Amino acid sequence: MEKITLAGQLFQYLITGLTVGSIYAMVAVGFNIIYNVTEIINFAQGEFVMLGGLIMVFFHVTVGLPLILAFPATVILVTLVGILLDRLAINPIRQPTVLTLIIATIAASILLKGTAMFIWGKDPYDLSAFSGRSPISVFGAVIQPQYLWVIGFLIVIVIILSIFFNRTIIGKAMSACADNPDAASLVGINVKQMILLSFALSAAIGAVAGITVTPISLMEYDRGAMLAVKGFGAAVLGGLGSFPGAILGGLIIGAIESFGAGLISSGYKDAFALIVLLVVLFFKPSGILGSIEISRIKRF
Amino acid sequence: MIRIGKLPIAVFALCIIIFPWLARQITAISHYTDIMVFVGIYCLITIGLSLLMGYAGQISIGHAAFYGIGAYVSAILTTRYGLNPWFCMFIAVLITGGIAFLVGAPSLKLKGHYLAMATLAFGVIVYIIFNEEAAWTGGPDGMSGIPGLSLFGFEFDSIERYYYLVWGFVFSAFIFTVNLIQSGTGRALRAIHASEPAANAMGVDISRFKILVFVYSAILASLAGSIYAHYLNFINPSTFDLFFSIKLLIMIALGGMYNIWGAIIGAGLITFLSYEWLHYFKEFEVIVYGAILLLVTIFLPKGLAGVPEIAKGWFRR
Repeated sequence: MEKITLAGQLFQYLITGLTVGSIYAMVAVGFNIIYNVTEIINFAQGEFVMLGGLIMVFFHVTVGLPLILAFPATVILVTLVGILLDRLAINPIRQPTVLTLIIATIAASILLKGTAMFIWGKDPYDLSAFSGRSPISVFGAVIQPQYLWVIGFLIVIVIILSIFFNRTIIGKAMSACADNPDAASLVGINVKQMILLSFALSAAIGAVAGITVTPISLMEYDRGAMLAVKGFGAAVLGGLGSFPGAILGGLIIGAIESFGAGLISSGYKDAFALIVLLVVLFFKPSGILGSIEISRIKRF
Repeated sequence: MIRIGKLPIAVFALCIIIFPWLARQITAISHYTDIMVFVGIYCLITIGLSLLMGYAGQISIGHAAFYGIGAYVSAILTTRYGLNPWFCMFIAVLITGGIAFLVGAPSLKLKGHYLAMATLAFGVIVYIIFNEEAAWTGGPDGMSGIPGLSLFGFEFDSIERYYYLVWGFVFSAFIFTVNLIQSGTGRALRAIHASEPAANAMGVDISRFKILVFVYSAILASLAGSIYAHYLNFINPSTFDLFFSIKLLIMIALGGMYNIWGAIIGAGLITFLSYEWLHYFKEFEVIVYGAILLLVTIFLPKGLAGVPEIAKGWFRR
């Protein structure tokens, strides 16, 4: 039996923190995609993660589809939920104000949560890890192979998104909507379609977060709200609207939470990320990488 | 903006006064007086919250925390230190108002969704504290043995006595708020909601008014919490969770946030729904609430209080 050193333990907290942080980063990226195009904060963002985990359990465990099929099937289904969210809750609002849009996404979030409770009940569900659960030992820390999958998927998402926004016409059109929706529609971009696309895209990313995290922390119907507020904390810490900021913010929040729970108090585990959110909002609301100029031109 | 007439207030007050007598006559609704005590408690919160949302255009998803702080301060001071309940209620108001100022002052300077998220985060933190600081709060098991209220030897020892006490508070808050709306402060608030830059240009100190309303709404929630603790003699953290904050939001959206009557209609309907009419759905009532909130937001942006206006429009056609 190896002796557990303090350094090894701290390294363990760091690795765990970066893994959880990757999930928060994915949620934060989802917030940013919708925020950039629509200036809406989607309070139902965490429900996409919850649905990703539970629908994956349905396809992989209940139906018995192999991982390679269940994964895309889950992402597609959650993406459809994202599209429905825009069509049924956001699009029908005739006089959108920040108040009504927030309330609409909150309504959608409790509807999704209630529906999930109706389908899956209140028990948490487990999912087998993608490549087994035999831990790898590095520098005195124990690393689950699934941790690497989570971090790996975050990297894949970042690469795909940067190609999408910088190299494809549709991605550039979305960025144009983010900069100036009126000008974008003048040059022939269908803004409503771009809003729909932003909901689809961020639902898909939420699904990936849910699928990859479930083998580590299980998944249950009421996990969404906490994931959403922590992901929002990550987005604000990095600078709302900034993609590198979302990644950085997610990893920092994950690390703070992991060290806080390990070294200070595990009972307050969920409070650390929220305290960071409040401190950032109060003292530097533009975040680490956000700019005040950009936040000024936003309507909401 | 709709002026609040004196006649509807007088009629409503009369209905409230005779309600317990009516409930006593009809066995089927005899327990409604008890539910009406809760309606009154929630009305206290929604009156302040509707001022914040409808008139100042700000959203809070953390008022369960202020409600909870009021309840816990009253419970801790009365059970552990044996202080006078009314004095404790006053201390609770001071503490809650101070905390609301500290939370509200920085986040109200930011735009709409920041206050929503800041209050959401604040509410969850307070909820965690109620659960974790078991030495003070009793943890998840809560606190029992909170004394009832009495005034100059008059014991509030029955449901009906609490009923009149609570509704006395509600009417005071209602009339104070109506006067606030119809004063210069109310005009300033409406100006802020219509257009912040325009209000600013006219010399309205926007952040001062927003903070004022935020603190006022938190104080009303604190009073409601103290009364709740003394009425039930028992509190535990689950009463003050995130979902209660969302329920308050549903009350206001359903009743209509642009009209102070909406706060009362919404609190009444949602309370009766959850205590009485939704038993069939059990825990799945959350789906019903979600559906109500979404449908109201899409089809009745002004809530039920906006229905007469729509009906008038139909007749004129």
